[in-house]
Amino acid sequence: MPVTFWLVQALNGISYGMLLFLLAAGLSLIFGLMKVLNLTHGSFYLLGGYFGLAVIQRTGSFVVAVLTACFAIAIIGVIIERFFLRRLYLEELPQALVTFGFLFIFSDLATVIWGGDPQTMPKPDLFTGSLQLGTFYYPIYRLFIIGFGLAIALLLWWLQDGTRIGAMVRASVDNEEVARAMGIDVSLLFTLVFGFGAFLAALGGVMGGPIVGVYPGADFEILLLGFVVVIIGGLGSLKGSLFGGLLVGLLDTFGKVFFPELALFTIFAPMALILAIRPSGLFGRE
Amino acid sequence: MLSVQDIHTYYRDSYILQGVSLEVRPGQVVGLLGRNGAGKTTLARSVMGLTPPRRGRILFKNVDITRAPAHRIARMGIGLVPQGRQVFKSLTVKEHLEVTTRGEGGWTYDRIVELFPNLRERLRSFAGTLSGGEQQMLAAGRALAGNPTLIIMDEPTEGLAPLMVRELGRALRSLKRAGTSVLLIEQQLAFALRHADVIFIMSKGQIVHRCAPAELAADADIKSRYLGV
Repeated sequence: MPVTFWLVQALNGISYGMLLFLLAAGLSLIFGLMKVLNLTHGSFYLLGGYFGLAVIQRTGSFVVAVLTACFAIAIIGVIIERFFLRRLYLEELPQALVTFGFLFIFSDLATVIWGGDPQTMPKPDLFTGSLQLGTFYYPIYRLFIIGFGLAIALLLWWLQDGTRIGAMVRASVDNEEVARAMGIDVSLLFTLVFGFGAFLAALGGVMGGPIVGVYPGADFEILLLGFVVVIIGGLGSLKGSLFGGLLVGLLDTFGKVFFPELALFTIFAPMALILAIRPSGLFGRE
Repeated sequence: MLSVQDIHTYYRDSYILQGVSLEVRPGQVVGLLGRNGAGKTTLARSVMGLTPPRRGRILFKNVDITRAPAHRIARMGIGLVPQGRQVFKSLTVKEHLEVTTRGEGGWTYDRIVELFPNLRERLRSFAGTLSGGEQQMLAAGRALAGNPTLIIMDEPTEGLAPLMVRELGRALRSLKRAGTSVLLIEQQLAFALRHADVIFIMSKGQIVHRCAPAELAADADIKSRYLGV
């Protein structure tokens, strides 16, 4: 097989991996701080895509679509945290049921509002077309996604390790009770982090709109992959979300190319292997 | 300053504090002694808002804080040095002092590292890599960074080398000079006797004795009955 084929598939896998990273980073952050396994995260991704579509069809602006969708979803996330999850702190089963319930509600609502046909978001004007990379052409938008994902990763790193609010979040993850006794408003942090996680998932949904499309069922599909990412990378680890996202993106892409009938196997087999060898994931805490 | 009035606190279904009253005056160091399981830490947690009492009242600066959330109680000026230090292992020493920095009152970053010179050497180290003594200094420094007017220290000498205990004593005296009130929960009788202005003794969830340090030092009966010495 020609080298070009490998390169193109690798770039496809990496760009898809960046979308998974955006999703998994929020999933992982929310779990690390609040111990909530947020199943509604898939909805945030899907609704982000649909909101983005709705806005771009009316305004024609990609940037406006991204910002509106992300902030709108962040607000939905804040409402869910404040009015539903707040009451169920540390009650795993009720939390799972509530977030699972919202996943179904949003899924049905989306089908009612936007119908069952897959839709594709138009690319922003600046990134349409392809770029010649040596002997082959590659879509600029996918390259942009890779760069964008890396930029978000750097931003998240800085937020986590270089800011006071990041230190407060880490302190609350380490020892929530002592953090409160030191005057940190942990309950406010919960809301902010949940809203921010929803924002990132929506970002994945809109940014992915032009390459993977927006369609019914994308919420469940991405959620499943998101879980694989955090299991492989380690819950609560930013580094784990990035490497896990890239790994799953590549496995998914190459799996679909080589063994289309075994596509899920190529993802879940490595996951099972990692779970068996390192239950806390590649970068997770013990 | 702090007035605990007949509080009853439960931990799940266990009835731990059975009507505890206690007073800390401005600038006073109050020693709280008692055997393991007497309820000392539960008292600290009740005051801090981590395990609020079911009955009774807690006033701080004449404000009722009985059911206030912990972070608000901290911001009103109560600092906690928790039992077993409980430093944040993914934060550096410097970050510990930054996340709690709050309020007016002379405990600036510079003064805290001046009080605990060991910390100055380790500013960029993660708290988990510090020695037990250094972690204790950090736990105290972290509480001070919030500029508390009352500081609750829960067994600060536990597991410390004698040199570190002396260091801690020096810090405690300097807190006292600065006019900070201290509720000192201790197992080490000698340390409490040296630093406290007044001693309360707890047993089975109640305050059973209140006296001056000198009286306790001379009272072999109380010492053997409640402290096992």
